[in-house]
Amino acid sequence: MEILTYEYRGGRPVASPPPSVLVGVVGSGNLEVLVEPAPLGGLCRVEVQTAAVGFGATWQAVLDDVFARHPLADVRISINDVGATPAVVGLRLDQALDAFAGGAQP
Amino acid sequence: MRDWNLQGRNRDARLARAASLVDGKRVAAANARALLEAVLEPGDRVCLEGNNQKQADFLARTLASVDPARVNGLHMVQSVLALPEHLDVFERGIASKLDFSFSGPQGARLARMVADGRIAVGAIHTYLELFGRYFVDLTPRISLVAAQAADAAGNLYTGPNTEDTPVIVEATAFKRGIVIAQVNELVDSVPRVDIPGGWVDFVIQSPTPHYIEPLFTRDPAQISEIQVLMAMMAIKGIYAEYGIQRLNHGIGFDTAAIELLLPTYAESLGLKGKICRHWALNPHPALIPAIEAGFVESVHSFGSELGMEAYIRARPDVFFTGSDGNMRSNRALSQAAGHYACDLFIGSTLQIDLAGNSSTATLGRIAGFGGAPNMGADARGRRHASPAWLKAGREARGDGGRMPRGQKLVVQMVETFREHMQPAFVDRLDAWDLAESAGMELPPVMIYGDDVTHILTEEGIANLLLCRTDEEREQAIRGVAGYTPVGRGRDRRMVENLRDRGIIRRAEDLGIDKRMATRDLLAARSVKDLVRASGGLYDPPKRFRNW
Repeated sequence: MEILTYEYRGGRPVASPPPSVLVGVVGSGNLEVLVEPAPLGGLCRVEVQTAAVGFGATWQAVLDDVFARHPLADVRISINDVGATPAVVGLRLDQALDAFAGGAQP
Repeated sequence: MRDWNLQGRNRDARLARAASLVDGKRVAAANARALLEAVLEPGDRVCLEGNNQKQADFLARTLASVDPARVNGLHMVQSVLALPEHLDVFERGIASKLDFSFSGPQGARLARMVADGRIAVGAIHTYLELFGRYFVDLTPRISLVAAQAADAAGNLYTGPNTEDTPVIVEATAFKRGIVIAQVNELVDSVPRVDIPGGWVDFVIQSPTPHYIEPLFTRDPAQISEIQVLMAMMAIKGIYAEYGIQRLNHGIGFDTAAIELLLPTYAESLGLKGKICRHWALNPHPALIPAIEAGFVESVHSFGSELGMEAYIRARPDVFFTGSDGNMRSNRALSQAAGHYACDLFIGSTLQIDLAGNSSTATLGRIAGFGGAPNMGADARGRRHASPAWLKAGREARGDGGRMPRGQKLVVQMVETFREHMQPAFVDRLDAWDLAESAGMELPPVMIYGDDVTHILTEEGIANLLLCRTDEEREQAIRGVAGYTPVGRGRDRRMVENLRDRGIIRRAEDLGIDKRMATRDLLAARSVKDLVRASGGLYDPPKRFRNW
């Protein structure tokens, strides 16, 4: 088990965010993503709890790209990862952040 | 005076040696080994039928049990190495040389035996290539084939799994070789004649029915949301873009996801009747919902699939069936159809290099090719036009006044990481090391880079047709290679430029809402759903039933 934290600046807050968005499942090869508004002084903070140790650089690269696609501020993203591939991580985050910024899930 | 009929006289001598074992054309199973020892001669070229579906398993066991003092040095020519007995014959010294096409389940043992010098491999072929050589320089002296039933005259009924039998028997019987068939039952009259009795010398009722592997059954419950996303990109970014009417799908969950998205996602895009009407494809259970939704007009098959028999019988407008109502499959003809009459092949792979070469070879396993290289190659001899083929040709060749010519679409569909975080994109294919360790003349490449037109990953689609230099091609591949070392080695500016030019397209560039990429989009989410979609006609093998 490893805990990783990443912080991004320069995003914009969502006008009227939902109380929270939860996507994914805690299961092998998968992950759970919780997105919540948080008073972080303009930061976007990502906290990753992962079962796979030693992939910090990959997480950094994946999350850099996610933030480039979804530049948000004052938001906390909590990830509970059970060995998901970067593909699954990216898809889950895109789904969660689209839902967070766009309101209700389809 | 030269004798111009040595083969015929040799054949007569072999038949005479077996005369005491035969009743008409029938030989008792208990005498099967004696029959093989009577008709085989050392050094014979022997074709043992067995593909990845139907297996002449009784004859394989019998061949592996003959006395190596009497029968040895055989040259085996066969589509697939699937059963342990296929390698036992080499271990026991009965056979010494091998020409084949695919070795899936025996790949690791084969690699060891080649390294130990116990097997001399002539070459690894595609199916069509090997069948072609049966009529040129690898003509079998003896063929051991499998059928469902035989009558007293030796007429064979293969049932739905005709597969390789016609091509093997034709090559053998018309060059004065000897054809021996194992059958599940002896009958007074066969429901239809798949192989004429005049081409068959001996018929043996096997103690147990021949084995058939349900290789093309994919449980929809195992399809991931990434695969749903990739299937959405395939449908919107390639099938709709080129108007793909005639195609072949590889085996695997990636393409099963496409099949299961036709009645839902493709239908919602208004694509029914515009894509996926004609198929060269085994009867995939995953295609049932698309057939029922009216997407599919015709399917010709290499072999059948266990459990699909009643469904096929009930859909004769779609499938090729005989007067008895059952499917007639034919691997050689369906391979030819896939090569010449389809506009698109899409399939998965294990490794892709920076030039787009794609391989399923890994160190320590000799897996072979099967049919993929013929499906997944531009048909250079093709001369008929279609909109999809012409569009691909225009993209590849430009409009600059050159001779107009089309090109087949060959799509490699892979997640950037396979299981255990193995990257699908590599600087150097394992095929190079395998070639070195096994003494092969060529690295075993499944699809050469210059035949691959599109690479589809969860990150997007790279259209290699539009690349004009090797550097663009490399960056287009890196640009969809995700977070693999190859993907992270991309030149970001160049990749953005390729994206601006439409050479790389992401899901968002295609107007795909990733929130829709959930399993809810699958027309069937379990095997039970497939049974329901078939109106109860599909009867899945036990291992796929969990209810």
